[in-house]
Amino acid sequence: MIYLFQLVNGIGLGMLYFLLAVGLSIIFGLLHFVNFAHGAFYLLGAYLAYDMIERGLNFWAGLVLAPLVVAALAALTEIVLLRRIYHLPHTFHILVTVGLALMVQELVIILWGPVGGNVSPPEALSGVVMLGDFIYPQYRLFVIVFTMVLALGLWWLLEGTRLGAVVRAGSESTDMVSLLGIDILKVNTAVFALGAGLAGLAGSLAAPIRGVEPFMGVEALGIAFVVVVIGGMGSYTGALVAGLLVGIVQSIMTTLWPEGARLMIYLGMGLVILTMPRGLLGRA
Amino acid sequence: MSATLLEVENVHGYYGKSHILQGVTLEVREGEVVTLLGRNGAGKTSTVKSISGLLAPRTGRVRFAGTEISGWQPHQIAQLGLALVPENRGIFGLLSVEENLRIAARKRSPWSIKDVYTIFPRLEERRRNGGGQLSGGEQQMLAIARALVNAPKLLMLDEPVEGLAPVIVEEIVAQLKQIRATGIPILLIEQNLAVCTELADRHYILELGRVVYNGTHDEFAADEITKDRYLGVNAH
Repeated sequence: MIYLFQLVNGIGLGMLYFLLAVGLSIIFGLLHFVNFAHGAFYLLGAYLAYDMIERGLNFWAGLVLAPLVVAALAALTEIVLLRRIYHLPHTFHILVTVGLALMVQELVIILWGPVGGNVSPPEALSGVVMLGDFIYPQYRLFVIVFTMVLALGLWWLLEGTRLGAVVRAGSESTDMVSLLGIDILKVNTAVFALGAGLAGLAGSLAAPIRGVEPFMGVEALGIAFVVVVIGGMGSYTGALVAGLLVGIVQSIMTTLWPEGARLMIYLGMGLVILTMPRGLLGRA
Repeated sequence: MSATLLEVENVHGYYGKSHILQGVTLEVREGEVVTLLGRNGAGKTSTVKSISGLLAPRTGRVRFAGTEISGWQPHQIAQLGLALVPENRGIFGLLSVEENLRIAARKRSPWSIKDVYTIFPRLEERRRNGGGQLSGGEQQMLAIARALVNAPKLLMLDEPVEGLAPVIVEEIVAQLKQIRATGIPILLIEQNLAVCTELADRHYILELGRVVYNGTHDEFAADEITKDRYLGVNAH
């Protein structure tokens, strides 16, 4: 029974990891851009939701608004700074985005202090449900359902719409996309903002579960890279499968051997790198 | 004589420091099929790249339908109706045949996706296949079809039959004749003289980044010396 409980927990965690990582993966696929600031967008999403709710805004409004603000900030960053460095080697991407992430983290400490805080789930979801012998918070069930609906919507966006086709095409040849009269710079900005917004949303959703603190972005970045490496760079399905895998393994390990939960995940990543360097579902 | 649609005037282009286009001048008029001939490395591909904005001209001018487009971004030039089908065909392997067409399709184009399926029936048969699963000939057909639904006013084809089996070459040449019959002007890069003979009204020959010959099809057909000097395998 405990395993069922941890499985459900792991699915919730895994869906958040998926949300966090899928943006990183798509951004890499399209822009070949290594974004170490991705965790900072998660951090910002969590803190903005926290701040809005602290100021008395409705939880749901915060959940919608915070990721939108994150997406807008990301679009601005992309236009002003990042698009100028896409053509440079990956080391420059890392240098600039690590700097960006540190700036965001320090800004969070300046604005909200180093201690962090808690976010209460909304009134309607503050209760619990019984899962056999275990009590389970309603909010966590909501997160599972909500992220699954979102994942479906995202899948439709990428596979079923013209924008999605352009994004996949752009990951193969940006020149050819331009030759068809499509402004690839706009597509880049949109995709970057989408990916960052999803990371922000993951942060906002996670805030009532794990609270907010200034270093949650660094932790999230690590997880996001693990998920992307295991699932395969640029792959939606890869991010989904690997997100769930990492979430479930981590969750079940907390019952079996709590200290080893992180270790297992990184070991798993190492194993994938050694045996399938492109990830479980990555493409050439 | 019909109006000039595309005018390339003394264009110089560079790849890094190598001076690849050394003052190319040519024009394409309404309704014309013009070929760009020349040996490998003569600058044919660079010429169409500089027209479509992929290789911005360092100096010189490109005018299309009366608008100066030198220095424009490739997507802006494409939106104006200058469609390039590149040598590598640029088929998106992660997209199905139909998606390859759909991302290019514009409402104002005289060709709908249905129309291009009529010209290229093989594509309709394979509409759900991934672009990566197509044969070379089918990829070329898809690349041309994709340019057609993109509302082109002028087609630039970079070696459309290169490396294809003779029977496929015949099929594509027949399809190109069908497209030519609609009156759309075509700038064609081709090494295969037989193909040029079937399709073109005029020819340019490029050598070392310059136009060294310009003539109508009949003049060119009769000019064995020129053919031999610039294109012949035995020439030096």
